Amino acid sequence: MSKHHLDYLDELEAEAIHILREVAGQFEKPALLFSGGKDSITLVRLAEKAFRPGKFPFPLVHIDTGHNFPETIQYRDEMIARLGEKLIVGHVQDSINQGKVVEQKGKNASRNALQTVTLLDTIAQHQFDACIGGARRDEEKARAKERIFSVRDEFGQWDPKRQRPELWNIYNGKIHKGENVRVFPISNWTELDVWNYIRRENIALPSIYFAHERECITRNGQLMAAAEFLNMDEEDVITRRNVRFRTVGDMTCTAAVESEAYLIDDIINEISASKISERGARMDDKVSEAAMEERKKGGYF
Amino acid sequence: MEILKFITAGSVDDGKSTLIGRLLYDTDAILADQLEALHRSNRKNDDGSIDLAILTDGLKAEREQGITIDVAYKYFQTEKRKFIIADAPGHIQYTRNMVTGASNSNLAIILIDARKGVVEQTNRHSFLVSLLALPQVVVCINKMDMVDYDEATFNQIVEQYRQLATKLNLQNVTYIPVSALKGDNIVHESYNMTWYTGKSLLEHLETVEIPVDDSSAHARLPVQWVVRPQTEELHDYRGYAGRISSGSFKVNDKVTVLPSGFSSTITKIELLDREFEEAFSGQSVTVHLQDDIDISRGDILVNSSAQPVVAQLIEADLCWMDTRALDTSLTYLIQHNSKVTRCRIQEVLYKFNINTLDKVYEEEFKLNDIGRIIIKTAEPLAFDAYQNNKANGGAIIIDSRTNVTVGALMLRAAVE
Repeated sequence: MSKHHLDYLDELEAEAIHILREVAGQFEKPALLFSGGKDSITLVRLAEKAFRPGKFPFPLVHIDTGHNFPETIQYRDEMIARLGEKLIVGHVQDSINQGKVVEQKGKNASRNALQTVTLLDTIAQHQFDACIGGARRDEEKARAKERIFSVRDEFGQWDPKRQRPELWNIYNGKIHKGENVRVFPISNWTELDVWNYIRRENIALPSIYFAHERECITRNGQLMAAAEFLNMDEEDVITRRNVRFRTVGDMTCTAAVESEAYLIDDIINEISASKISERGARMDDKVSEAAMEERKKGGYF
Repeated sequence: MEILKFITAGSVDDGKSTLIGRLLYDTDAILADQLEALHRSNRKNDDGSIDLAILTDGLKAEREQGITIDVAYKYFQTEKRKFIIADAPGHIQYTRNMVTGASNSNLAIILIDARKGVVEQTNRHSFLVSLLALPQVVVCINKMDMVDYDEATFNQIVEQYRQLATKLNLQNVTYIPVSALKGDNIVHESYNMTWYTGKSLLEHLETVEIPVDDSSAHARLPVQWVVRPQTEELHDYRGYAGRISSGSFKVNDKVTVLPSGFSSTITKIELLDREFEEAFSGQSVTVHLQDDIDISRGDILVNSSAQPVVAQLIEADLCWMDTRALDTSLTYLIQHNSKVTRCRIQEVLYKFNINTLDKVYEEEFKLNDIGRIIIKTAEPLAFDAYQNNKANGGAIIIDSRTNVTVGALMLRAAVE
């Protein structure tokens, strides 16, 4: 009798591929939400493993706040060209122009919260019934509660008290019209798992993940990349710093860390030694203890 | 490195969350900003130390009530292993959440309060562990600090639990005296219990054997997706994609497709740019067969020489998970691997009183009830008995009115 144990990266990979294929098999109009960050880049590699040499059974969807790092957009477009898959972009600027959302004012203004509306509109417009995302349960304590198939009502809301039991490897994707399911294939991965996988698979990343010199300002004790969308004034002193980014979101809410990590091995060493969690560098989580839970209830990814 | 998935079970105040918090805290799995948030929070122990339990209560309502409502998953690793903890609520009304957590675990930690010994909840949790066939059990006798670290108390509870374990036919039970609050025998050995010569909980978790399914000779591959590029250069490409749920498949193996019964031979096993001579349980792969036979999602590829049962009338254990009671006049959906078909619960044979473990004969099947039923499916299922092969013996029931998962099924045998 063979006793064969998979290595942890193989096991996590196999589970994620299984989940992606369940999405393909169970839904009519799924989409893969692509932010340009390492987690959704990992999802794209997993989708290649799940469906090649066939086409992806879903398009990639990017919600563009208009305040992205230019490096991310460049990466996205090169990746799409290489994959030959379809990309749909939802623009927060369109939602602003349509008067559906109002740009925040003040020094800490960010479009991060506005993107939920653009996301829900894009889902409605294309009638997506499942949206695959790169969220992980280790990111945040409300995410630790999330199922792999997580039903959202017609308002995009997550109700933690009405979650379906999720048993064995059986995922129930049955929904009513208007509802959709958020699917998180890498729920069980940690930040370090993602990095180890990226290293093993030799996956290319946007350059901002690696240490580089950049003009920065200090805001609320965090280093932010200097950018015109940041509502800078004379109090903001621009300094050149050697930094990299641990997560890739909107430029207005993603803080940099000082770093000398130029190669993936350096990053893995840096993260292994770090005492700050990944979302410790996200301004949007610091609003209140339940900030993420509240945003998820409202339809945030 | 391997992954060990485990669940913690215990009644409300047995200190489950504290135990998990202690495991994470003492293995340095809590980061500085999370610790800072912990210090900022209002919940403190009587002596002013941090309340480790709040680490696992991720929802506002949970923090408000100081209880765990839903399963939370926690991750940590040591140099030896990676761990995934399913922290399931202890309340009786959340039995379904414990079943959820246990269904994906290789090991269960059952907490017993040293002052109370085996209580009704211990029976219930142990029964669920036995029903879901978890191969490893660790009984943590907690709050030893409150009984002066007394060896006789520990031995007495071990003796009590042994009787229960025998009754439930639990294999591989390990007993550890701990204090989650003080940290005795969780990660570090206890200086307060020198009479205990076994391993600390962490050391046990790091070294306990992770079982592979018993029927590893019985190869099963539920087909999830048929890869058909239909491009000019890949005109005839037809790959069957799925995750091997048990056993292994080799190139040249003779396989049968169920429920149709057609047979063929494996010509290739691949994944993106890799090819495998042999692929094992747990691997997601794409398989090619010699013959062009009709195979679609919901079918299962099996080793021709070790086939599962194919039936439409099946005896099974059922755990009901919905607030609406089971209605035997209704048609539900059953999902087994990638197959979904209609079904009806033809007969309720008996229910278990999960506190006394006795059988009771009642028609009505309500939330958190567990019992033996006979189910009739619209299309045949190719299954193995759950106790021999969990991966191919578990199924869920879906209410087609609400689309909610309302039942967990452990398939036992075809009804003649």
